[in-house]
Amino acid sequence: MGHEYKDYSKESCPSVKNILLLDSEGKRVAVKYFSDDWPTHSAKLAFEKSVFAKTLKTNARSEVEITMFDGYVVVYKFVHDLHFFVTAGDDENELILASVLQGFCDAVGLLLRNDVEKRTALENLDLILLCIDEIVDGGIILETDANTIAGKVAANAVDGAVPFSEQTITQALATAREHLARSLLK
Amino acid sequence: MAEPLVKKDDDRDDEADYSPFMGIEKGAVLQEARVFNDPQLDARRCSQVITKLLYLLNQGETFTKIEATEVFFAVTKLFQSKDTGLRRMVYLMIKELSPSADEVIIVTSSLMKDMNSKTDMYRANAIRVLCRITDGTLLTQIERYLKQAIVDKNPVVASAALVSGIHLLQTNPEIVKRWSNEVQEAVQSRAALVQFHALALLHQIRQNDRLAVSKLVTSLTRGSVRSPLAQCLLIRYTSQVIRESSVNTQTGERPFLDFLESCLRHKAEMVILEAARAITELSGVTSRELTPAITVLQLFLSSSKPVLRFAAVRTLNKVAMTHPLAVTNCNIDMESLISDQNRSIATLAITTLLKTGNESSVDRLMKQITNFMSDIADEFKIVVVEAIRSLCLKFPLKYRSLMNFLSSILREEGGFEYKKAIVDSIVILIKDIPEAKEGGLFHLCEFIEDCEFTYLSTQILHFLGNEGPKTSDPSKYIRYIYNRVILENATIRASAVSTLAKFGALIDSLKPRIFVLLRRCLYDSDDEVRDRATLYLNMLGGDGLVGETDKDVKEFLFGSLDVPLVNLETSLRNYEASEEPFDISTVPKEVKSQPHAEKKAPGKKPSGLGAPSSGPTSAGDAFEKLLSAIPEFSGFGKLFKSSAPVELTEAETEYAVNVVKHIYDGHVVFQYNCTNTIPEQLLENVTVFVDASEAEEFSEVASKPLKTLPYDSPGQSFVAFEKPEGVPAVGKFSNLLKFIVKEVDPSMGEADEEGVEDEYQLEDFEVVSADYMLKVGVSNFKHAWDNMGADCERVDEYGLGVRESLAEAVSAVINILGMQACEGTDVVPSNARSHTSLLSGVFIGNVKVLARISFGIDGPKQVAMKLAVRSEDQAVSDAIHEIVASG
Repeated sequence: MGHEYKDYSKESCPSVKNILLLDSEGKRVAVKYFSDDWPTHSAKLAFEKSVFAKTLKTNARSEVEITMFDGYVVVYKFVHDLHFFVTAGDDENELILASVLQGFCDAVGLLLRNDVEKRTALENLDLILLCIDEIVDGGIILETDANTIAGKVAANAVDGAVPFSEQTITQALATAREHLARSLLK
Repeated sequence: MAEPLVKKDDDRDDEADYSPFMGIEKGAVLQEARVFNDPQLDARRCSQVITKLLYLLNQGETFTKIEATEVFFAVTKLFQSKDTGLRRMVYLMIKELSPSADEVIIVTSSLMKDMNSKTDMYRANAIRVLCRITDGTLLTQIERYLKQAIVDKNPVVASAALVSGIHLLQTNPEIVKRWSNEVQEAVQSRAALVQFHALALLHQIRQNDRLAVSKLVTSLTRGSVRSPLAQCLLIRYTSQVIRESSVNTQTGERPFLDFLESCLRHKAEMVILEAARAITELSGVTSRELTPAITVLQLFLSSSKPVLRFAAVRTLNKVAMTHPLAVTNCNIDMESLISDQNRSIATLAITTLLKTGNESSVDRLMKQITNFMSDIADEFKIVVVEAIRSLCLKFPLKYRSLMNFLSSILREEGGFEYKKAIVDSIVILIKDIPEAKEGGLFHLCEFIEDCEFTYLSTQILHFLGNEGPKTSDPSKYIRYIYNRVILENATIRASAVSTLAKFGALIDSLKPRIFVLLRRCLYDSDDEVRDRATLYLNMLGGDGLVGETDKDVKEFLFGSLDVPLVNLETSLRNYEASEEPFDISTVPKEVKSQPHAEKKAPGKKPSGLGAPSSGPTSAGDAFEKLLSAIPEFSGFGKLFKSSAPVELTEAETEYAVNVVKHIYDGHVVFQYNCTNTIPEQLLENVTVFVDASEAEEFSEVASKPLKTLPYDSPGQSFVAFEKPEGVPAVGKFSNLLKFIVKEVDPSMGEADEEGVEDEYQLEDFEVVSADYMLKVGVSNFKHAWDNMGADCERVDEYGLGVRESLAEAVSAVINILGMQACEGTDVVPSNARSHTSLLSGVFIGNVKVLARISFGIDGPKQVAMKLAVRSEDQAVSDAIHEIVASG
């Protein structure tokens, strides 16, 4: 609504067209579009439906998987009942996209204390939305390192004494847990 | 035992369905948002409400203008809270609401305060929010802070400012361009992502200044770019510079190639891939330049990561289109990918193999594909079918196994697009490979026995009507066709009736049987079917009435409609029922725009069933119709060949003109396709004045001006020349476009009364020997060569001097001759020292010509060739040698 997106050409910056987090039935948990390719709500839903159907039968649990259709490249990974997707134009460098997806998955894993499933994700939806906000800004990649992303989301860390990326994983988890404690609807 | 297990499953189902947002409702959440106005803010509760609002938006819920405004104002109150978590949610919410200009003013001061806060997290996010919602006027106020932020020591703040700069450059370029110095400083940042964002912004600021981009690339390729993402960017910018500068160097060394090659040894895979892809996409890339890139891609093929395998096979697939031999080294790795879990990878591997495969590997490949086809989606199958079609055209001797494959997949399950791709392929093979005709037609007949797609059935019946009667035993098709009349819907029945009539018209021995069948159709329940049956019975004389002459009948059944369908439609709409019957000869034949020339891509095959084979299947036929409709040219006889359009103007000039050379036995017609690209002008009486003083054997006989040429609506002007009958006369023509210009007011669309005469110089062009040669392939060259015999053979040897490469020499000779390379012999293996090309064509006067050329190259790139030409006429064999001798 109201945003204008530039169509970044190949000569330009790598760009992401959307980040999707769907459940095991293809329903939205959290989505963010950075492109006008899908101008209406129904166009977005149609895209999500087709990307979900095309990837459903594949095994994207241990490694990031990839597919190409309708002029888009989609990288994806499944964790428990959550399906993570990152979409770009079909001339985009697949490995850059994979790094965005990996950053997203791992940051969510850190923020949810490895309890990566739909219910926890919804209970911590604020963290998921902030997480997406810290990964891509208007289609441009902001950050792909999971520790840094999670650090920025889990408040106070950016200007805190110890940067999140230098904390140990345990510390990171502790920070996230602290945030969890005040999480919504509990 | 079983019971508790079931119960547990039920429990889990309940759990899975549980959602903290269950039963959430917009109205209620909007009510809850009133807590934002509480004097004592509860930060936790406010965060929760914002999350709920974001959840609603995320699920596709929309707020009315009033609701959005109310929420926005309420949210702005939350800046009073010191809670950092809540502030983050406020930022997010403001971005989602994308407030209007007058609303933005409300939050500006709060956000500017955050921009100057001591808290870096506030600063970074406030910059991103403010830049997202701001307009130009506000931007000048905060510009100073943004410039500082770009060089801030905190990388998150710097990145936020840089990325915002990239977005703002679209709307306020003049402001962002003033930040160059700061951005340049940020490019040197130690923080990986700051460097990446700074480089992206710097390039976009300078992208219209080639020199600046070139300097940027030159300095950075020498220095050390730390972040892999920034390195990928640098590779993209480098290939851009290479693309724009590739022409100038004389040494043949490509600038920056060593940089790209060094990136192939980078430790980050994304950089290696970016560099490998950049190398494969260099224009006119040589096989030597390709080798290191292919080598790293080959390693990726056996990676455990699907993304890496996909990226590699996709790139190699593209390379295979232009340099199939460069990819053959990867064939073994590629074959193991056919069984890849990821079907995208498997399909790409298959199609790459089909492109690079040689004649001997076809059978083995087909076996592997057969196992593979059953478990991929239709869209992948279409890709495979298309690859098989082109493979078959490349190796016509293998048509049997490829045709069998196509027919077997035609019998299996599949959607319309997939089936259409198969049918189209079979049709093309039937047209191109005469030996495949009978088998192919039989497969199509089998298919319509059980075909669920009306469109495909009617198209096949139409095709069968044209091709079936020309086979050795046409009667065997009648059964299949008449079955359609009995079993199918009205549309298919009607087309089956037409097909029966075609058999009747061409084969007298079948006529009595056809009449019996057609008479049965007179009792059909459908009007169209009955009408057609009646019409054909009358025409063919089946009811003892006086039939029309044989020629008329055939013309009616097989001839193509000689008026454009659009014109016919308009005329029929305008026709009012009266005593006077509709007369088709009153329909204008002139084609308004000319879609033919644009569509004609060199070497493109006619697209299957789309058009009837006797009708305009190629641009040539379309041209013939266009030209014969012009009375001045109707006496020139049969059109022998039409060339591809030759551009006579530079791109993006006022008037775009190209010419198509139409060759007749004793004439040539130049068709000038003109486009007027100036909206303020209307051109009238457009003629081309041709100076043929350097084309002695030609004399101008007719010129057909173009009456009007409005803006952006192409039209044609023609000039015809006489030349000695049957002689491949050559010459150079210079051209001057003459016309009357009238000013047009684009808003009104009306032209002035008065016009001014003007002229416009066009480029010269030549009529060359290749214009008299039709590219006509033969499926089995050796067979054709032996059959032609050595009666009119002429063999000679020629030195071609120093050439760039063997491949370049081969393609130059093929181009000069204008003949069709057979059996894929136009492709030269990368390291070959010698090569033989087999060419075939039809020379003017309809003389078949075959040529066998053996090329050899020695150390200093001296190329020699031995040319053996066989034809039906010694004079033509000699003429071909003359072309080479003078070329």
